[in-house]
Amino acid sequence: MWFLTHAWIIPALMALSFLLILFFGKKMPKKGSEIGIAAIGIAFILALLTAGSWYTHNNEEVEGHGDAAAMADVQEGCSNEVDHLAAEDHGEETEDAGDHEGEEPTDVGDSDEGTDDHALGQSDSGEYAAPAATSTAVASEGEEEHVTRPVVRCAAWAEIGTPGSSLITWGTMVDGQSVLMLVVVTLISLMVFIYSSEYVSGDRRYTHYFAFLSLFSASMLFFVLAQSTIQMIVGWELVGVCSFVLIGHWWEEKPNSNAALKAFLTNRVGDIGLLIGVAILYFAAGRSFSILDLNILAANGGISHGILLVASVCLIFAVMSKSGQFILHTWLPDAMAGPTPVSALIHAATMVVAGIYMVARLYPVFFEGLSISGSSVNFLAIVGAVTAMFGALLAFVQKDIKKVLAYSTISQLGFMVTALGVGAWTAALFHLFTHAMFKATLFLGAGSLSNAAHHSFDMVNDMGGMRKVLPRTFWTFIVATAALAGIFPLSGFWSKDEILAGHGSLFSAGGNGTYHVMLVMLLIGAFCTAAYMTRTIWYAFYGEFRGHGTPHESGSRITVPLIILATLGAVVGVLNLPEEIGPFTFPESISLQFEHFVEPVGAYFPTISHAEFNIPLAIFSLALALSAVLLTYLYYWKGAFKFLHGLSERNRVAGLGKTILVNKYYFDWLYTDVITGFVKGPAARATNWFNQHVLDGIVDGTAKGAVVAGQFVYENIDQKVVDGAVNGAAITTSEAGGVLRHLQTGRIQQYAALFFAAAALLAGVFVVAIG
Amino acid sequence: MLLTQFLLLAAILFSIGVYGVIVRKNGVLVLMSVELMLNAVNINLIAFSTYHGLGGQVFALFVIAVAAAEVGVGLAIVLLIYRNRRSVDIDQLDELKG
Amino acid sequence: MNAQLISLFAAETFEVPANIAFSIIAIFMVIAAIRVVTTDNVVHAALWLMVVLGGVGLNFLLLQAEFLAMTQFLIYLGAIIVLFLFGVMLTRAPLGRSDDLDNKQRPIGIVVGLLVLGLVSYSVIKTFGSDKLDFSAYDGSQAVAGNNRTEALSDAIFSQYLIPFEVISVLLLAALIGAIVIARRD
Repeated sequence: MWFLTHAWIIPALMALSFLLILFFGKKMPKKGSEIGIAAIGIAFILALLTAGSWYTHNNEEVEGHGDAAAMADVQEGCSNEVDHLAAEDHGEETEDAGDHEGEEPTDVGDSDEGTDDHALGQSDSGEYAAPAATSTAVASEGEEEHVTRPVVRCAAWAEIGTPGSSLITWGTMVDGQSVLMLVVVTLISLMVFIYSSEYVSGDRRYTHYFAFLSLFSASMLFFVLAQSTIQMIVGWELVGVCSFVLIGHWWEEKPNSNAALKAFLTNRVGDIGLLIGVAILYFAAGRSFSILDLNILAANGGISHGILLVASVCLIFAVMSKSGQFILHTWLPDAMAGPTPVSALIHAATMVVAGIYMVARLYPVFFEGLSISGSSVNFLAIVGAVTAMFGALLAFVQKDIKKVLAYSTISQLGFMVTALGVGAWTAALFHLFTHAMFKATLFLGAGSLSNAAHHSFDMVNDMGGMRKVLPRTFWTFIVATAALAGIFPLSGFWSKDEILAGHGSLFSAGGNGTYHVMLVMLLIGAFCTAAYMTRTIWYAFYGEFRGHGTPHESGSRITVPLIILATLGAVVGVLNLPEEIGPFTFPESISLQFEHFVEPVGAYFPTISHAEFNIPLAIFSLALALSAVLLTYLYYWKGAFKFLHGLSERNRVAGLGKTILVNKYYFDWLYTDVITGFVKGPAARATNWFNQHVLDGIVDGTAKGAVVAGQFVYENIDQKVVDGAVNGAAITTSEAGGVLRHLQTGRIQQYAALFFAAAALLAGVFVVAIG
Repeated sequence: MLLTQFLLLAAILFSIGVYGVIVRKNGVLVLMSVELMLNAVNINLIAFSTYHGLGGQVFALFVIAVAAAEVGVGLAIVLLIYRNRRSVDIDQLDELKG
Repeated sequence: MNAQLISLFAAETFEVPANIAFSIIAIFMVIAAIRVVTTDNVVHAALWLMVVLGGVGLNFLLLQAEFLAMTQFLIYLGAIIVLFLFGVMLTRAPLGRSDDLDNKQRPIGIVVGLLVLGLVSYSVIKTFGSDKLDFSAYDGSQAVAGNNRTEALSDAIFSQYLIPFEVISVLLLAALIGAIVIARRD
């Protein structure tokens, strides 16, 4: 419990590390990196302890009555709704006890409300709860299952209006979701810190780099622990500022500072949506910024549907910019200008998932506002699905390995957004979790590759054949790629499959709606993902080395994080094994642990239905991924064979030259053309046929009728009556315009003079007439 | 002291500002005249706030903030005009001519 | 000054030192303001503007708004004048005299200016005549002991006017970014 109530220490520690590095870093023997690594190491341990603490807290038997008991760990004053709930429950409780005097006259509500005294617990206390609980959707079924009890602590920040009416608080809201993010952020940060100490060693701003890396972790941790939406905005902006600084780390070069500016400004555009959305929710929730308040009200019909719809659309704009969704995704590939570990930290594992986290945090708003349940299309799902598909297609045309990964990130974020859009909340967070592991591996692997290839990221021109010289990087990259492509039994398979199954009833029951269109788009995205990652591996690790110099494996501070992350990326899928796969049934103690840990059950979360594991869909998507890998492999193998032959010939004659590069680009282009042609061709032809045969027939028929009628009208009415009037009016207007155009001199100051004179005269008329 | 004396001073400053906006050719000078007008308004706000509590002072502060924003953007625009035309002569900007 | 105004000054509510101070400041301000719009030297115009802005700050002091006066000095005299001087410098305005600062609308300008002045002064004098300033409203509504109006002002900003305040800060940020984007050289 101590760790849950003192979670604020973790971000505070990182903020302290920022200050220490900034002020004392240059004087330290290792220029400040040791402070950062020590701080993030401690933070990681604290996060793990918090997670353990949450695990026990979450599995404890809850004592008391329904929602009010579940909210017993919410400090008084942090949430109006909870205070209200507790008071109401208390009142009804005593009445209730009076009614049932015969059964058990003990005044339970008074004595054990705040304590965890099990001795007073009664077997029938659950039956009491039903009338006491307010009108929550989960009240009836929530009694048998456990109820999530978030731990909220807060302090007053400012007060608006008359005293006591509206309090701005800040503090920590700890539940499964935020604990999960604590672990993810500190784990990836720890790996990135260790990796960076070798990767950027000797950099001109080494100390500042670590300082801002610390500040970035601090902001992200502050964001995930946010207790009020205002605090969320602060964390959100801090994360944006840190990414601006880190992307522009090498700002002396123009493209880098441009990329930083682009990232910052694009994010500002989306932030407007966040500000408006939060403001709307503030007023809708009766002047409260508390996330708990908003969620309870939104989940239980306390806010009208229309307001929720507007607010959620505003917030989706914020998600578009922060999480790189179409149409505001353009900053993300450019942001690869920053150092590679930063890309791994910011643009794969933590910052860009801030948008996902925000949606997950305020999920009742979206769930109710967009009517996710029982529908077959909504804005959030469309945005996600379009991003997932087109992001994956774009990844084909990139030569820069980091850009491939950037588009891959965009596409995977699209998967998560779609999952949230279709109601597969747990699947989205699970994918966030697994994706953080393997995408960080891929980014750090790309950094290791570029370290070997003289700091170039051009996999087409400067890499190739790396599997022999960089065995550790190669194997971790392979594992992470397989996880990303969703190959059984790596983690990506489980999370991706959960998302796909969450789309609803194509093969089996479960899910919240029937999102078939999104399902198809995501399957296309998954197919492309497997294909472009295979292409990346071919370029980076196979064939002949095309760069210059002798590549060498990176040092242990680079490879050890890679190995740890790749291992985690391979195995974390078992955390959320489904309850049953066909004939096999997993025991309850190992299945759906992640869901149990993370997903809230109770008044502040909507009731969502969980899709069951879907064998046909899983096999289909796995087959899709494998066939994509196979096809790409064959294609490149054949291409590579011819190409290698040509290369060796040319190598004897002219050596490695530009012709080869052009040739390669041609292959690239051909590949893109084939794929996109395959996607676009049939669809375009079908539309064309429909247009020619069906629509044209109707239009032609209508047109013939219209021509006959039109001829008659034209000759009799139009020419004689209408035209006369119109022509007369036109001539008058034209002449009047000719006279008046001299007034329009184009001199603004003349207009200003006229404006002031007219205003003064008009005001004068009022003064004389009224006064 | 009378309320009227402050209001009259503000009126004089405002009118001078109006004159400046109409007559000055240089973009920077036009912005200065706008500042005169804004300050005249601020005097009014403060003078009236002696009757109505602190709201007037708060809004005078807001006017100062908005004026700072206005000068920033205004000067940026003037700078852009200068870069494009090598002159900040507002008289020459007559693309609106009919 | 017209006859009515002089008669106003002669009223029995005359508070001698404050009014003498006001008169001196007002005369300087009006002269300086006229110089701002008539001088033929851009840099001089900025310096005259400084006199006007300082005078406005002193007027705030006379009206017992000390915080506003300090803000006026810091922001206007400190920041905005510097910004103007930068503007003058960056647009390569003629630093010396130049006879090309006014357009041909001087008569129109004078007429419109006088029109506005006449209208406003007429309605001001007609409406408020010889109302005396009283500063009770400052202390009455906020229940502050002593003369600590700055504290009362900050309370007002951060409670009653918090949301406008946030909006203003967002506006400032937007203007900042807008100015950077507009003035960026590329």
